[in-house]
Parts: sequence; C-alpha cells; structure tokens
Amino acid sequence: MALAEIKPEQVVFSEKLMKRIEELKSHFPEGRKKSALITVLHEVQDEHEDWLSVPVMDKVAEVLGIKPIEVYEVVTFYSMYNQKPVGKYVFEFCRTSCCATRGVEDLMEYTCQKLGVGMNEVTPDGMFQVKGVECLGACGYAPMLQLGDFYHEFLTKEKMDALIDDCRAGKVEKLSKV
Amino acid sequence: MSRKILTEHINVPGIQGYEVYRQNGGYRSVEKALKMTPNDIVEEVKKSGLRGRGGAGFPTGMKWSFIDKKSGRPRHLVCNADESEPGTFKDRYMMEKIPHLLVEGMITSSIALEANLSYIYIRGEYMWVYRILERAINEAYAKGWLGKNIQGSGYDLDLYVTCGAGAYICGEETALIESLEGKRGNPRIKPPFPAVVGLYGNPTVVNNVETIMDIPWIVMNGGDEFAKIGIGKSTGTKLISASGHIKNPGVYEIDLSISVEEFVMSDEYLGGMYSDRPLKACVPGGSSVPILPAELLFKTAKGEQRMMTYESMSDGGFATGSMIGSGGFIVYDDTTCVVRNTWNFARFYHHESCGQCSPCREGTGWMEKILYRLENGYGTQEDIDLLWDIQRKIEGNTICPLGDAAAWPVAAAIRHFRHEFEYHVRYPEKIKDRKHFEYEPWEKVKHLMATESVLV
Ligand SMILES: Cc1cc2nc3c(=O)[nH]c(=O)nc-3n(C[C@H](O)[C@H](O)[C@H](O)COP(=O)(O)O)c2cc1C
Ligand code: SF4
Ligand code: FES
Repeated sequence: MALAEIKPEQVVFSEKLMKRIEELKSHFPEGRKKSALITVLHEVQDEHEDWLSVPVMDKVAEVLGIKPIEVYEVVTFYSMYNQKPVGKYVFEFCRTSCCATRGVEDLMEYTCQKLGVGMNEVTPDGMFQVKGVECLGACGYAPMLQLGDFYHEFLTKEKMDALIDDCRAGKVEKLSKV
Repeated sequence: MSRKILTEHINVPGIQGYEVYRQNGGYRSVEKALKMTPNDIVEEVKKSGLRGRGGAGFPTGMKWSFIDKKSGRPRHLVCNADESEPGTFKDRYMMEKIPHLLVEGMITSSIALEANLSYIYIRGEYMWVYRILERAINEAYAKGWLGKNIQGSGYDLDLYVTCGAGAYICGEETALIESLEGKRGNPRIKPPFPAVVGLYGNPTVVNNVETIMDIPWIVMNGGDEFAKIGIGKSTGTKLISASGHIKNPGVYEIDLSISVEEFVMSDEYLGGMYSDRPLKACVPGGSSVPILPAELLFKTAKGEQRMMTYESMSDGGFATGSMIGSGGFIVYDDTTCVVRNTWNFARFYHHESCGQCSPCREGTGWMEKILYRLENGYGTQEDIDLLWDIQRKIEGNTICPLGDAAAWPVAAAIRHFRHEFEYHVRYPEKIKDRKHFEYEPWEKVKHLMATESVLV
C-alpha cells in the first residue's frame, strides 16, 4: 500500500521512535512540549522513507498533544522536511557562492547527466535525486553535497562516480547514530 | 603566530571525549565559576572586551548585564549554533572537534546569568554534530557537571541540544527563539528584547558558539589577559573561516591584530591564491557584508594598512569599507563574475526571507529577478538603477536585519563594480556563457567599455 493512502489511525511509530520522542519531550518544561516538534519531525521523517505525509503529520500532532495545523505550518516553513516522496539517495548540492566558485555547477550538471535526470527529478528506479540547496556551512571544503545526515566534501567527478556506485551497492550510510 | 585560545587542544587525540578533555584542563572554569559570584563573572567578561562572534559584534558583558534578574522569572542561556551565513563554517569545526568546550562554556556562562535551563540550538543540517553534542552533554551529566547540585555547589542546571530544519532566518535571535518553541522562524518585533522577554517569555541571552567558547578562558585567565590580545576595542582572538579561490581554505584562529595582507598572503594562513590568478574581490565577513575590491582589501581608502579588526575592516564605512561580521572570509579571483555572484547571493536571500515584511519578501525577489536578467544578457541600463533603488528601499524598513543583509551586498557590488554590470548590458553576447570571465577576465575586455556606447 502506498504511504499516501494510509489513514492516520493506521500510521505506526516504532517502539524505538516512541521512546525517542518521549526522551525529546523530557528536555522541555511542562506545557512547552511543542518545543520538541522540530527535532521529532526529523526522527519521524527518518523512519518514514524520508517524507512527511498528512497522516504522519497528524500522528505527530497527536503524540505531542498539539493541533495538526501547528505541525503543518512548521513542516511547510522549513526546507529539510519533504512533503512528497523523494529518491532513496538525495544529493543535495550546495549551490551558494563559495561552492559555485569552486565548480559546483559543473558537478551538478555532470551528476544529472550521468543519472539521466533534471534537477529535482527522481530517477525512474526511485534511487537518486539531485537538488540544489543553500550554504551548508562547508564553504572551505567545496564543492560539497549533503546525503542524509552526512556531508561529502572536496568533490570531483571521480568522487561522484564512486559515491553513486557505493549507493547502488548499498554501502553508503545515511543516518548518524543516536 | 597568533595565540591559540580556542584551538589550543583541538588536535589532541581523543579530545572529543570527556576523559581526554578533562585531562587537558577541561571543566576547570566551571569549578572556578562556582566559587565566584555571578556578578564577578560578568565583570570579568566586561573587562575582557569580548564582542559577540555571531556577526553583530555587540559587547558580551554588556549584553549579559541587561538580563532581567529582578522579575524573578526563570532565565535561559541559548547558544546560537544555527551557522548559516554563507562563508561561515567555524562553529561547526569547533563543535565537531571539541564539543566539550561548548558544554563547559554553556555551564560557566549559565552560572553567570543564574540560568537553570539552557539550550544549544543547532541547524538541522548539522545532524551528525547534534549527535556529537548530545553525547558530550550526556557525559557531562554522568560526571556531575550538569543536573541537580552540580559538584556539590547547590547550583542546578539542565542543558539540552535542539535543532532547526533548514532556515537561515533562524539564526536571527528572535526567530531562533520562535523556532526553539516549535514554531515557524518568524522574527519578533523588538523591543521587547530577549533579555527581558525571550524563550517562553522569560529573560534570555542568545550567544554565538564562539562567544560561549571564549568564556572558559576568560574565567580562568581573567578579562584583562584577554583584552591584552588584539588592538583597541577588538580584543582577543577570532575564528575566521576562509573559502573561495585561496590555497588553504579552512578555519583559522587569529589575533585581532594581524594585517589582512598577512592573513591572505602568508603561508601560515591562506597561502595566497590557489591558481596564482590575481585577487579580484573579497567578502570578508559572511555574505551579508559589503564586497571589497582588491584595491580596498589590503589598504583602506586613506592608504593605511587594513587590519583584521572590527574597526579597521569597517574603516571608510560602507563607501570603502566592510565588516568582520561572522568571520566568513570569501576570496574571489579574476575568473569570478561579480554580477553572477551578486545574483547568487540575491537568490539566497530571496529563498531565506521569512516573508513577514513586504519590502524584504517582495524586494529580495525583484532583486533576484533583475540580477538574473542582467547576468544572462537581458538586462538594461535602467535595470542597474532599478536595482539600486530597490535595495535602498529595503534597507531599514523591515522587522529584522535580513532585509539589510540582502540589500548591502547588492549595493556594494554596484558601488564597486558598476562597470561590470554595464558590461553585461552592453555586451550580452560576451557574457552568455557563465564562465565568460574564465575565458576573458575583466582586465582583458575592459577596453571595450572605453568606447562610446551605441546602445542606450
Ligand atoms: C538573518 C540573520 C541571521 C543570523 N544568523 C546567525 C547565525 O547563524 N549564528 C549566530 O551566532 N548569529 C546569527 N545572527 C546574529 C544573531 O541574531 C545574534 O545577534 C547572535 O546570535 C548574538 O550572539 P553574539 O552576541 O554572541 O554574537 C544572525 C542575524 C540575522 C539578522
Ligand atoms: S526582514 Fe525579511 S526575514 Fe526579516 S522579518 Fe522581515 S520578511 Fe522576515
Ligand atoms: S557556500 Fe557551499 S557550503 Fe557554504
């Protein structure tokens, strides 16, 4: 069943996720549990194929004891939350000045060509997606991209080839450990 | 050689973990601070002359003395680890390499502010650094540096790390507070200032990572010692993150007393230009500060040597100076197109505007569009004037300084590089390829501009 068709009451958060959410809530004073929302949404997204469907957002609201609209307005504000399904491996290239200065535009074009997609498109097998994002705080290690929780820096075409191969071989870690 | 206040132990193997950090003198400032009165700590910070390292350079001791201690409401210290200003990557370097220094600084500073609940707010993209900080905080709890009755002193402090999710505006302190409360990052109207009404309506101080990391050294060595480093009101050391067309990009701790020329050219620091092409321009303090053409970088308009200090960097005001800002030092060689680079920054600010105020929401979008037009050979002479007009109307007319930050780079680019904008208008065929200045740098084509224009 496609995720989008799931009803809110069918959304399941794993035991591990629920424990983590409780822990995050404990970091904030009574009556201020909403403060955990932004961090919680990251954890939830990680467990739901990297995107947040409406039923999933509704479930987050329920767990934090806030209104669904309070979740939607946050999800639509921040660029790291995906409101649509995404590729399994999303290459988020920094396209801002310092990276542009060190050749990121050539590298994005190269990657798109190699994968046979345009910017933001997902490859037909659902594996890859290429995006341009704003400065990631790695300006001295340009050009670079973010993949999951991690940065890949000082990129070259050869390194892109190797990274793509490693993704295909399932050798690339996306999440940092809690 | 510059002093190493923040980076002294950064390459010690295992310094990321508690044991090695403690063996190298870690957490001693907490022990000392617990024996001082909060006011004495604030006085030391005042004496140090430390200025906020997040960009604005506001004196930290003074900011701390504004925090409302009379109302009896709970107080908070919030560390700004949102670091999203293009060109800036110093905080990440420090947190990744020596996370306990931030934890120690947060505890010592919280003691001074008499805060019992403090937070580190880190940008969501730094998720692996978030985990590093989380581990460091857990270690500090386990060793009795956090929690109830710290080291038997009777002082309680809880410290947590929390994150954003991709929004430059959350680096602005009131937007950060909104975001920390689990909301959209819309800046608040000031006053009231966070020192009076901040997180959860309580008195709050927001400080940059580097600012907080300076506190342990100041507490251990005294404010006067810190103030001995640097020139005039630029005291201490500063982290500079350098990027662009230089040989040695990276993070450097410098005394606020070396010359810009030494910093750029010497092998101890940036090592000059990476492909030995001429230096064309520099954005010395993060994307928001005015760009400086080469001739104004090493020397001020008065012909004096320009120094890496707050005062010298801004010598000449916006007409011929810039700012130290966040320490994001970006160097461009002659293959760089200033129009394209300005468009790149304008796109950034348009993307990052929170949309609350019309001058910023609309103005950043117009600037991006006009610059795109100019960069791609569809611009007109009037577009350059229109651009000037728009940036002027944004500046000073918005809730938060993001509007100004978007306007200044555009203004400075036109002020110093108007000829390049005009070249784009007059020779659209020559600039169609985005690498046009790689093939034919400005110095090679500028003679074309000496002829009378046939186009109007
Ligand atoms: C749009 C905008 C973005 C900002 N981003 C940051 C940031 O990423 N990190 C930071 O420390 N300060 C940032 N600031 C400055 C903060 O508002 C605030 O002045 C600073 O955190 C105060 O700390 P300091 O006094 O220690 O510098 C930003 C300001 C604006 C207007
Ligand atoms: S100036 Fe821009 S970013 Fe700041 S509050 Fe206004 S619209 Fe938002
Ligand atoms: S400009 Fe690319 S990481 Fe900062």
